[in-house]
Amino acid sequence: MSSRPELQAPPEIFYDDVEARKYTSSSRIIEIQAQLSGRALELLALPDDGVPRLLLDIGCGSGLSGETLSESGHQWIGLDISHSMLDVALEREVEGDLLLGDMGQGLGIRPGVIDGAISISAVQWLCNADKSSHEPRLRLKAFFGSLYRCLARGARAVFQVYPENLAQRELILGFAMRAGFAGGVVIDFPHSTKRRKEYLVLTCGPPSVNTAVPKGKGEDGESCSDDESSEDEENRMVCISDRRRPRKLQKITKKGKGREWILKKKEQMRRKGNVVPPDTKYTARKRKSRF
Amino acid sequence: MRLLTHNMLSSNIKGVTNGFPLRLEIEKAVEKQVDFNVDFLKNMFVKIEWKALVDASRAMGYVDLPDQTEPSMLDSDEFLKKFHHALLELHLEEGALICPETDRRFPVNKGIPNMLLHEDEV
Ligand SMILES: C[S@@+](CC[C@H](N)C(=O)[O-])C[C@H]1O[C@@H](n2cnc3c(N)ncnc32)[C@H](O)[C@@H]1O
Repeated sequence: MSSRPELQAPPEIFYDDVEARKYTSSSRIIEIQAQLSGRALELLALPDDGVPRLLLDIGCGSGLSGETLSESGHQWIGLDISHSMLDVALEREVEGDLLLGDMGQGLGIRPGVIDGAISISAVQWLCNADKSSHEPRLRLKAFFGSLYRCLARGARAVFQVYPENLAQRELILGFAMRAGFAGGVVIDFPHSTKRRKEYLVLTCGPPSVNTAVPKGKGEDGESCSDDESSEDEENRMVCISDRRRPRKLQKITKKGKGREWILKKKEQMRRKGNVVPPDTKYTARKRKSRF
Repeated sequence: MRLLTHNMLSSNIKGVTNGFPLRLEIEKAVEKQVDFNVDFLKNMFVKIEWKALVDASRAMGYVDLPDQTEPSMLDSDEFLKKFHHALLELHLEEGALICPETDRRFPVNKGIPNMLLHEDEV
């Protein structure tokens, strides 16, 4: 079963009138997108001076993400490739200006004028070749190059993305770096398959103090399940990317799972009706190192 | 689309070296009231291409912006009100944006410019 919309059809076809309406009338989606945008705005780390900024919302869709920007008093320009999504945004009378455009063709915006950019659940679309003329690498290059140019020096771009796999994330990040961005990936709730969320946090300009990648949420070395109650929202850590994640932390995570914990988990899975191997004396034993 | 956005947009067609400012073709313009925020205006002032804003606002029928500006004008409430009106309250609703170099027409419908490029323009 593939639930990834990116694999079903090009965005402007997938988000047709029916889908755009369905998307924007789901209270679950509205809530999730608001949360993601709130977090992205937080990661943008705009100066805390109450001055409204000019922001971009890339893949703005029906304006769910932009609404979060408006609520914080900012002005924004939204870009989306789906006519139907933008129509819904019009109906909802969003405050930002809307553009019909394809981020893969590059952004036609003057240099240095934008104070920050967010993109919520959209950039992974660029990794697909939806037309014979599409070459994902060229499209990523055009997108990041033009984004870099239009941002003011020191400004940030924060993208919440759903990469299909590690390679896709590295591909996106690689093109961002090549365009000149500094930064990396922040992962919130890295151990929860349900709540895990990835953000690319990119800073325009040479590396400096404020290009350091902020901390992810919900990393406490203990929880490694979807058990939401065991996650500590306050506890955060720096996650640059899995590849560069400190060894030590991965070990701590392992130590946290004792036999008791595993038995409890297995019981939970059984209750959910999953097929789980029986509990034996081998359960939770450490495997012998083979080599 | 507000003139704020018009002032940021530039033609992105392959080979175009100076795609700014896009010419306005106005079929229908509307006004929408927006909360006045001095901080935002001051933040934007340095980024705005003033001549393009003046020309665009005149094309939309608003003639009160001065041709020349200087930073001290940011202390004048009267100036800020005009700047605010031109930047945020005038909308191009129907019409088009025209690339100054190639005359390519980007249609604007229901206030949304269609900036999608044809394959040979990328
Ligand atoms: C999951 S929706 C998210 C919309 C909005 N950001 C939100 O949070 O509700 C993804 C959006 O990305 C847009 N999109 C996908 N590929 C795009 C592209 N190449 N250029 C512009 N927008 C694109 C889609 O049309 C869709 O509206």
